[in-house]
Amino acid sequence: MFENLSHLALQHYWWIIISLLGSLLVFLLFVQGGQTLIYRLGRTEQERTMIVNALGRKWEFTFTTLVTFGGAFFASFPLFYAASFGGAYWVWMIILVAFVIQAVSFEFRTKPNNFLGQKTYETFLFVNGMVGTIFLGTAVATFFTGSPFFVSEMNFSQWKSPFHGLELALDFGRYATYINLSLGLAVFFLARILGTLFLLNNIDDAIINKRGLHVMLKNTLPFLFFFLFFLVNILVRKGFAYDPATGTVYLEPFKYLKNLLEMPVVLVIFLTGLVLVLISLYKTWKSFDTFHSKAIWLAGPGAVMVVFALLLTAGFNNTSFYPSTYDLQSSLTIQNASSSKYTLTAMSYVSLMVPFVFAYIWYAWRAISRKKIDKEEMEEEGHKY
Amino acid sequence: MIESIDIGLVNWSRAQFGLTAMYHWLFVPLTLGLAFIMAIMETIYVKTGDEHWKKVTRFWMKLFGINFAIGVATGLILEFEFGTNWSNYSWFVGDIFGAPLAVEGIMAFFLESTFVAVMFFGWNKVSKKFHLASTWLVAVGASLSALWILVANAWMQNPVGMRFNPDTARNEMVDFWAVLFSPTAINKFLHTVTSGYVLAAVFVIGISAWFMLKNREMLFAKRSMLIASIFGLVMGAFLILTGDESAREVARVQPMKFAAMEGLYEGRRNAPLVAIGLFARPQDPDHPKQQEFLFKIEIPNMLSYMAFLDPNAFVPGIRDLVQGNEKHNIMSYSEKIERGKIAIQTLKDYKQAVSEKNTEKAALLAAQFDDADFIDNYFRYFGYGFYDDPIALVPGVPVSFYSFHVMVILGVHFMILFALVLFLLFRNTLHTKRWILWVALFTIPLVYIASMAGWMLAEFGRQPWVIQDLMPTIAAVSRIDKSAVQITFWLFVVLFTALLIAEIKIMATQIRKGPKTEGGN
Repeated sequence: MFENLSHLALQHYWWIIISLLGSLLVFLLFVQGGQTLIYRLGRTEQERTMIVNALGRKWEFTFTTLVTFGGAFFASFPLFYAASFGGAYWVWMIILVAFVIQAVSFEFRTKPNNFLGQKTYETFLFVNGMVGTIFLGTAVATFFTGSPFFVSEMNFSQWKSPFHGLELALDFGRYATYINLSLGLAVFFLARILGTLFLLNNIDDAIINKRGLHVMLKNTLPFLFFFLFFLVNILVRKGFAYDPATGTVYLEPFKYLKNLLEMPVVLVIFLTGLVLVLISLYKTWKSFDTFHSKAIWLAGPGAVMVVFALLLTAGFNNTSFYPSTYDLQSSLTIQNASSSKYTLTAMSYVSLMVPFVFAYIWYAWRAISRKKIDKEEMEEEGHKY
Repeated sequence: MIESIDIGLVNWSRAQFGLTAMYHWLFVPLTLGLAFIMAIMETIYVKTGDEHWKKVTRFWMKLFGINFAIGVATGLILEFEFGTNWSNYSWFVGDIFGAPLAVEGIMAFFLESTFVAVMFFGWNKVSKKFHLASTWLVAVGASLSALWILVANAWMQNPVGMRFNPDTARNEMVDFWAVLFSPTAINKFLHTVTSGYVLAAVFVIGISAWFMLKNREMLFAKRSMLIASIFGLVMGAFLILTGDESAREVARVQPMKFAAMEGLYEGRRNAPLVAIGLFARPQDPDHPKQQEFLFKIEIPNMLSYMAFLDPNAFVPGIRDLVQGNEKHNIMSYSEKIERGKIAIQTLKDYKQAVSEKNTEKAALLAAQFDDADFIDNYFRYFGYGFYDDPIALVPGVPVSFYSFHVMVILGVHFMILFALVLFLLFRNTLHTKRWILWVALFTIPLVYIASMAGWMLAEFGRQPWVIQDLMPTIAAVSRIDKSAVQITFWLFVVLFTALLIAEIKIMATQIRKGPKTEGGN
């Protein structure tokens, strides 16, 4: 089946998989967003325990999706893996450390004799929620704004800034930094919104729910501001196009806007997703009592669709998905950065398992979340965070 | 060719990766084995309906949970360090190495992470059978995760199923099944996971022994020991079998590692196996100048038999491999270096021809990389071309020798312990043999040492290669500042150590609290 596809078709197929994984990862960052709200939504120890347990039963999905996202990127576009991870060293290390401290914090937080104390683990969760989301968003923004690296004729890559990625988020002399950070902050606030909506869905507690509405509304404005700032900027700036015949990369005005217009399906996905997010927020605000526990199932898919469409915009339609600002011709495209046809074909067969994986995740999720978390459950004996 | 590479950067990058890998491996084997032990215990609970078995299962599950998260955390760093610290490697082999990592994520990690939540939180939310199935799926998922990363590691030790593409300057997979089912991959997977199973069995026996020593939770302790000792014995038998196969595989595809792990400098027929030995003085920097043993106990002919199933077989020593041995048709390292340089120059010439748009010359040179004669006589030594000095191609002999012997000697100790515990359990006298209980308890750190020693042999023994014969470690490293790696190295030292201390303290507290079963004494 996949053998009959061209190498280019397989490269597109794998960019779709990567985009799907990336968009799911952004949705699952609701765990991180929720972690930054533990003290905002939970005023008593019992309330905080409910929040942590609700999030803690899902943290591994986010973690696993991140790992799979990395693994799939490595396998399908190894030159990106080499250039970005080996180059933007500090950005990725900060992200990794932020996730490492999260992984243990749920399990260790309330265990007796836990060495660092409950507050430390809660701080770890907060740091993960803030730093992890902002830096991930910033890193993804460079798909549109570029990074300073060079790829040799032997395809060995070298980063051309001594700050190894930090300049992407902290060099305020460059306008691109503001665009990068705006996506980072948009992801951060989106994660907080999704985290709130997830908790509204997962916890049966009137007080937490009431605070949740307030938090959601307070995070909506900054999210919209930063997201629109990012969106408008990438739509009006020059984008990184390439000629598929020669592989030559060049700057093209309004490239990303053109991509959306020239790929109407992607545009429809993007707009539908955006509308779903906005509707879910509006309905939660206006019809809180009847809608609050359903909102995540509208906003979540909406967020997935928006991010999915953005990532397709970054990589499709003869666009360099990882542009180099140091040397345009070192920019990575889905054609020059990909694995061989054989490898993509073999992995494509494995990707057929993805629907099956979704199915059992859904089944297990339903089984565990059938009953909302409440105070009684937190007092029962059993595994608790 | 390696002059421009900062050896300090390489060493720090190796140190960081080694540190992460060793911390990761502190937690993973227990996860691998304890998952199956818990699944067996829960199966008995579901079959018998005996609530005591449920409490036994839940106690070990609690320890599993504490251990699980930190293994996941260190695993994340490990995966991404391939990119952050070994970016050239990531490109050179990404076409092959990346695939198992992606499959691992899709097939195994999701299975494990999905059902681990059901396993921890589903006791009162799902049916008994669904819960039991979840526990088994966690166990299978954990071992499946190990399968794919070990396939990738095995490929680095014995690269198969690929061809070199001069256009992309990398190896590309041409036979997925050859990668998945290479004998090295099969042995590595089976040997590594069974070592994890044995480690978990020792852990369960040791902790249970502590309860017996304290005269607490006797029924719990006996039941745990019964399951663990049977599990340990069966898996230990597999461990020995796969270890034996692995040794033969190493002798075939990594003869230098094989010679180093036995401290064999001069090749010979009827080679004896050094069962126990101590070097007279530290190795390096003189190697491969022969190091004398201060003392050694040998088993005649055993090394030849172990390597080739023939007591008369010739086993090449370090000197034979470095200097060559015409009689046994062994090419010297100097010759391999020359051939490797020719392969590298051919690639450079090809790139030059392409950049000059000399299509005729480029086509001729490209064809060489598909020519069986060129591949067999030159390209297979590609990595040697990065070196000038053959001595630089010899791994650390003492570290290989000692790690191998520590692993094997301790492995024998574990098997004796399993058998003894099982025997005394059946005689119902184990709780009276306090010295055995103490031995069982103190075997816990030993099993971790053995497990680490196995990896040290695998990874130090194959140096200087990151991919056997094709890519040296020095060429694989990311070109970043040494100071950056130093900072992250020390950051990880502090972070991982703090988390390890936290884990040990939490686990010790949970163990002291005990399962609170009603089995009494």
